[in-house]
Amino acid sequence: MSVLAVRDLAKSFGGVQALAGVSFEVAAGKMQAMIGPNGAGKTTCFNLLDGQLRLDAGRVYLAGTDITGLPTRRIWRLGVGRTFQIAGVFASMTVAENVQTVLLSHRRRLAAFWPRVADLYRDEALDLLAQVGMAEQAERSCGVLAYGDVKRVELAMALAHSPRLLLMDEPTAGMAPGERMALMSLVAGLARAREMAVLFTEHDMDAVFAHADRILVLDRGRLIADGSPAEVRTDARVRAVYLGSDAVAEAG
Amino acid sequence: MEFVAVQFLNGLASASSLFLVASGLSIIFGVTRIVNFAHGSFYMLGAYMAWTLATRLSAGPLGFWGAIIGAALAVGVLGAALEVTILRRIYRAPEMFQLLATFGVVLVVEDLALLIWGPADLLGPRAPGLRGAVDIFGQRFPEYELLLIAIGPLVLVLLWLLFYRTRWGTLVRAATEDREMAAALGVDQRRLFTAVFFLGSVLAGLGGALQLPRETINLNMGFATVVEAFVVVVVGGLGSVPGAYLAAFLIAELHAFGILVFPKITLVLIFLVMAVVLIVRPHGLLGRPFVGLPASVVSPAAVLRPSSPAARWVGAIGFVALLAAPFALGDYALTVATEIAILVLFAASLHFIMGPGGMVSFGHAAYFGLGAYAAALVASRLAAPMVAGLFVAPVVAGLAGAAFGWFSGRLSGVYLAMLTLAFAQICWSVAFQWAELTGGDNGILGVWPPAWAAPAAAYYYLAVALSLSAVLLLRRAIRAPFGYALRAGRDAPLRAEAIGIDVAATRRIAFAVAAGSAGLAGGLFAFFKGSVFPTYLSIPRSVDGLLMVLLGGVNSVSGPVIGAIVYTGLGEQLVRFTDYWRLAMGVAIIALVLAFPEGIAGFAARLADRRRGAPAEDAR
Ligand SMILES: Nc1ncnc2c1ncn2[C@@H]1O[C@H](COP(=O)(O)OP(=O)(O)OP(=O)(O)O)[C@@H](O)[C@H]1O
Ligand SMILES: [Mg+2]
Repeated sequence: MSVLAVRDLAKSFGGVQALAGVSFEVAAGKMQAMIGPNGAGKTTCFNLLDGQLRLDAGRVYLAGTDITGLPTRRIWRLGVGRTFQIAGVFASMTVAENVQTVLLSHRRRLAAFWPRVADLYRDEALDLLAQVGMAEQAERSCGVLAYGDVKRVELAMALAHSPRLLLMDEPTAGMAPGERMALMSLVAGLARAREMAVLFTEHDMDAVFAHADRILVLDRGRLIADGSPAEVRTDARVRAVYLGSDAVAEAG
Repeated sequence: MEFVAVQFLNGLASASSLFLVASGLSIIFGVTRIVNFAHGSFYMLGAYMAWTLATRLSAGPLGFWGAIIGAALAVGVLGAALEVTILRRIYRAPEMFQLLATFGVVLVVEDLALLIWGPADLLGPRAPGLRGAVDIFGQRFPEYELLLIAIGPLVLVLLWLLFYRTRWGTLVRAATEDREMAAALGVDQRRLFTAVFFLGSVLAGLGGALQLPRETINLNMGFATVVEAFVVVVVGGLGSVPGAYLAAFLIAELHAFGILVFPKITLVLIFLVMAVVLIVRPHGLLGRPFVGLPASVVSPAAVLRPSSPAARWVGAIGFVALLAAPFALGDYALTVATEIAILVLFAASLHFIMGPGGMVSFGHAAYFGLGAYAAALVASRLAAPMVAGLFVAPVVAGLAGAAFGWFSGRLSGVYLAMLTLAFAQICWSVAFQWAELTGGDNGILGVWPPAWAAPAAAYYYLAVALSLSAVLLLRRAIRAPFGYALRAGRDAPLRAEAIGIDVAATRRIAFAVAAGSAGLAGGLFAFFKGSVFPTYLSIPRSVDGLLMVLLGGVNSVSGPVIGAIVYTGLGEQLVRFTDYWRLAMGVAIIALVLAFPEGIAGFAARLADRRRGAPAEDAR
């Protein structure tokens, strides 16, 4: 059974139909990319999946359980991690504290008024940070990090509760090309090792074709292709959408 | 029936006055995002200046109307000057600092007015040619009131023309809707802000000047008016001029008829309306959500570092000094120290929601006062021992805070601040008007501690023990997981929800905890003073709390402690040495805001960091 199954998702903002009739599945241990031009509806799709937006129609199933319309925090507890297109971290905390806060939430200890956070789950947090290459910066304030580093911290936070589904909205924006590949390889390795399903959006086609097991293509709110990288590369409609940029044809 | 009609007209006349002030406040807020407490002072200055001009100029219509217009323009110039000299320097500071600065201006203006015009109420001349009354449904109705009724809608139309028919108005509207966008379009913000302050202040001055023939002019009219104007602006929708008229109309009529139907609860009624509007329509009747209005009104905070060794030493020495104080200080100094100890807890409780929570409260005195009244009532009506009173105080205040948190739902930023103000005013009105229970204006007297706690030193130790424990618990909570959950919700609410934090629930709990702590402070204060009065819940006391927190520094755990000590100590000294303590205090506040936009503790931390050579990054 697939980890995530989406049926006939639809959402409109005022007159703009941001998503219509989108259905797809993501399998455990697989890297699935969602690509499409700016404004295609990728972020909107993520926001519907993790409950940040109310959907107009459709159903979302997580490992067979209907999670449609649940609040974001409930969906997170059911095992959905997320990174944002515009990275969101807690700017008044250190890198380590950001991850510690997630771990505390996962263990349901955030209501405690007495223990010092400084002593809680620190090693675990440092382990996670080491995985994304942020261990040396653990004591820096998150408010002053370079953007690429913020994205790394966000990834460590998203991984902290060992999600079965990881949603990543443009995880490598703001990083150098070499760093991008490294980060994506890391995530792909984790996906395989942990049997974690990963759904990610990305504008860098090299990263997409190098790491995706499967690719979804959105255009103006509609799913126009869903298949292996090879299938998508040769798809006529996809080529039409990306005509002029040649990004799809050249990548890989 | 006739009576109802006349009462309705009375309401309309008041609506016009209210609208003039409120529209100015609304326009200023819309464009500059500054909550301008000094707006009421400008209203008052308008009245005083009109009085001076009218008594100097000729007695004819030219002199009278010249005085009104002249006063309005002069106030406009003062408003522009305030923008250019003070506010312009702190647009980058957190919004609360701008509020603090405008509050400093309130204090300065109040004392300057006292210096220039004296403490006595002034009676202005009647309007030439409009001294009579007309017959309406067989009742006499003053002609001047009819004129006022017309002025409100007239100004509304003029403002509409200005905003929708001129290029400048288009800029103002653009800036109101989306500040960044307007800036990107190349609007010269400096000139726009100055002009907007001029316009808003002219309206306030005009509103004040027009009161000349209606009521006596006194030093209290500013503060009373600015609070009502806030209500109007919030009910109408921040930044919406037609909304301001609609709300002014509603509030004024509510006043006019409420006094007939429920004379006891008119004040409650008005703030109740505001609370209901905010809960049902969080952006006011005609307001729209702002683009780029931060949910939190305090600046992004620095990382919490463990206390430095130096700070620990200061703390240890302070603790010893606290214990030794009764041996070194005289009785008077010891009472001052007791008061400071209590107010430190009050400030720390407010800091708990403002700092880590990012929620500004304009009405934190509500919980202080509720605690004080609860303690006093238990002691005087039930003749229960002091310990029972001190136990009930935080419980009652905490429950009230929890109830408020539940009602305020998902409000944040300025809207939340306004709802806290409304709630505090409701509590104040109840204390003031429910005389059977609370003694009304006379308060509750004879709330003394038992013999063992009666000596100054004994009560001092009691106050220090309770206050210090509560403050340390609050500090500990900030460094505990709960504090991190709270800060997570402040820093990035969406991200917080996306890691399983119920941001609204976390804030509600924080509110209840802060309210309970403030209640304990209030209970201690009641037995300290031996009495409670409605002023304990009043806006000035809430503002005291805000000033302490902001002076100390919102982003510092020690901030409220330092702020409370400096503010109370300074106030105490000033009152002793000068009659014009408000002036001195106001100037001090403005100077502090300009010099230390991150508060005293924040400034000290940065200084310490610089000396240590630590990376400047944490020292925000
Ligand atoms: N909150 C909103 N209100 C109104 N319209 C919105 C909102 N969010 C998204 N849209 C619109 O929905 C459409 C899809 O936007 P979305 O952000 O999902 O695109 P995207 O594929 O993530 O684009 P990008 O690659 O630029 O991130 C766009 O036309 C956008 O303008
Ligand atoms: Mg997007």
